[in-house]
Amino acid sequence: MAGFLLRRIGGIAVTLLVASFLVFGSVHLAPGDPASFLLGGRSASPAAVAAIKEQYHLNDPFLVQYTKWVGGVVTGDFGKSATFRQDVGGLIAARLPTTLLLIGYAGLLILVGGLASGALAALRRGVVDRAVLIGTGIATATPSFVAAIGLISLFAVQLAWFPAFGDGGGFGDRVYHLTLPAAALALTFVGLVARVTRTSMLEELGREHVEVARSRGVPGSEVVRRHVLRNALGPITTVTGTVVAGLLVATSIVETAFGLSGVGQLLVSSVTVKDFPVVQAVSLLVVLAFVTANLVVDLVQPLIDPRLSHAKGGRA
Amino acid sequence: MTAVPVHRRRFFAPLARVAGGDKLVTAALALLALLIVAAVLAPWIAPHDPDAVDLSATLSGSTPEHLLGADQSGRDVLSRLIFGARTGLLGPLVVVIVSTVLGMLIGVTAAWHGGVVDAVLSRAMELVFSFPALLLAIILVAVFGVGLTAPVIAMSVAYAPYVGRLARSVALREKARPYIQAYRVQGWSGWVICVKHLLPNIAPLILAQSAINFGYALMDLAALSFLGFGVQPPTADWGAMINEGSSSLLQGAMLPALAPGVAIVITVVAFGIVGESIADRVARREQ
Repeated sequence: MAGFLLRRIGGIAVTLLVASFLVFGSVHLAPGDPASFLLGGRSASPAAVAAIKEQYHLNDPFLVQYTKWVGGVVTGDFGKSATFRQDVGGLIAARLPTTLLLIGYAGLLILVGGLASGALAALRRGVVDRAVLIGTGIATATPSFVAAIGLISLFAVQLAWFPAFGDGGGFGDRVYHLTLPAAALALTFVGLVARVTRTSMLEELGREHVEVARSRGVPGSEVVRRHVLRNALGPITTVTGTVVAGLLVATSIVETAFGLSGVGQLLVSSVTVKDFPVVQAVSLLVVLAFVTANLVVDLVQPLIDPRLSHAKGGRA
Repeated sequence: MTAVPVHRRRFFAPLARVAGGDKLVTAALALLALLIVAAVLAPWIAPHDPDAVDLSATLSGSTPEHLLGADQSGRDVLSRLIFGARTGLLGPLVVVIVSTVLGMLIGVTAAWHGGVVDAVLSRAMELVFSFPALLLAIILVAVFGVGLTAPVIAMSVAYAPYVGRLARSVALREKARPYIQAYRVQGWSGWVICVKHLLPNIAPLILAQSAINFGYALMDLAALSFLGFGVQPPTADWGAMINEGSSSLLQGAMLPALAPGVAIVITVVAFGIVGESIADRVARREQ
């Protein structure tokens, strides 16, 4: 277990190193002078150019620049935003709660909605199963921004149940404001999780141990809960990685569509105004979140299904 | 007159095989064919010029003149939808072709050589996996500027490992089969065996994955256009149309934003159905 953990953390370190190198190096790939690129193409006084060169160590050789930049990043110093004239770290920290709440809310919807509809389809074959199959087929093909405009036109404009824009103040109001965005973010993944749950549960339902439990007179709900669902959880946790990666990126689309001031919206607006330090920081953060989530999934899996224990020399 | 037997090549035979008498798959194939025809013949079949402004029709609902209404600038939504199919299909097509070729190359090379080559290529693929496709595209847009080029390059690179991982596992299985061993014993070079015998045998499964990827690429590229990073206005594009139409949503005009949204969903569903049907047929044949 310890060996597995060390190997995985080593792998993550390499991934982050390469990712940071790419994210940093891309400045030099951009057409034109790095200094003017970092200034977002704005005309600046020679003093400002000198300041940006000083801040990004642009007068040093490339590898020295990179090392200094990474040294700053590790201590949480991502530099200064060119448009906000503020520390990038502070900008992100101010927007993190909205994004985390949105992703958490969507995650909850995905877990409940996906598991429930998938289990329902597996247990009630026939009409319900077909309905869920069609519904999830459409859900997985609906990108978050299409879901967003669909939800806005129905629930914000036609029915006026929910607000179409803004984050709201206070926790309750925030949750209320984030309901439509979370639903838009969740829809695709509810379909995905439902499909995987259905397939996985159908497979378990056909197993002998389930038949044995049934014939022994174990109540139906007990069989489903303890013998079917628990065994079916393996493949469901495996798609968690895909879901997390999707959520991390789709949140920037949803935040933009609903005008929420979150980290994703910060990324999009920074790309639009060519505020590169912010783009670098958010990109690295997304990659970090993604690899960490995958590590957590790999660590949780043997807890759910002891057959996957890493200690017994399973997969590397 | 005696009937002369005409020997025709059946161009649609592979398609009929994919459909396999399944009504849903036939419908999906028909829909995709319709879309391709619409995209190719857009200038001839669109009722209006996609950029023509008819201010009297601004945000009108469905009228005989404008079947799907007009957008906030008074442009015909149906015509823009038909023209939007061009960028909507062309972008994903390039992504799927490049990522399939790249992925096949990487996957088969890794499987064929094994050992260090396999380890290095597999690590490289894992590395690309940790960059979500959309994030890579956004970074490239930030560096090289907006337009379809940067997103298409980013998507091609980001999708290659999905094909590569599949190609590697299928090629590994195929490589162990006796017929491949037989060719090796006969002294054929690895290159010839791979190109002439291994690739044709693993191609159907990879094609299935590529058809499904087409749908994902379409969604991702439309998302980038929606964010304003991809196809630029005033060019008609489904994602960009949703972006432009979302502001008139609050004024109660649904069609300018919803019509392209529905078009995206239907197209992605159709590609998914076709891809899954190919994968099913391959799986049944394997049994």
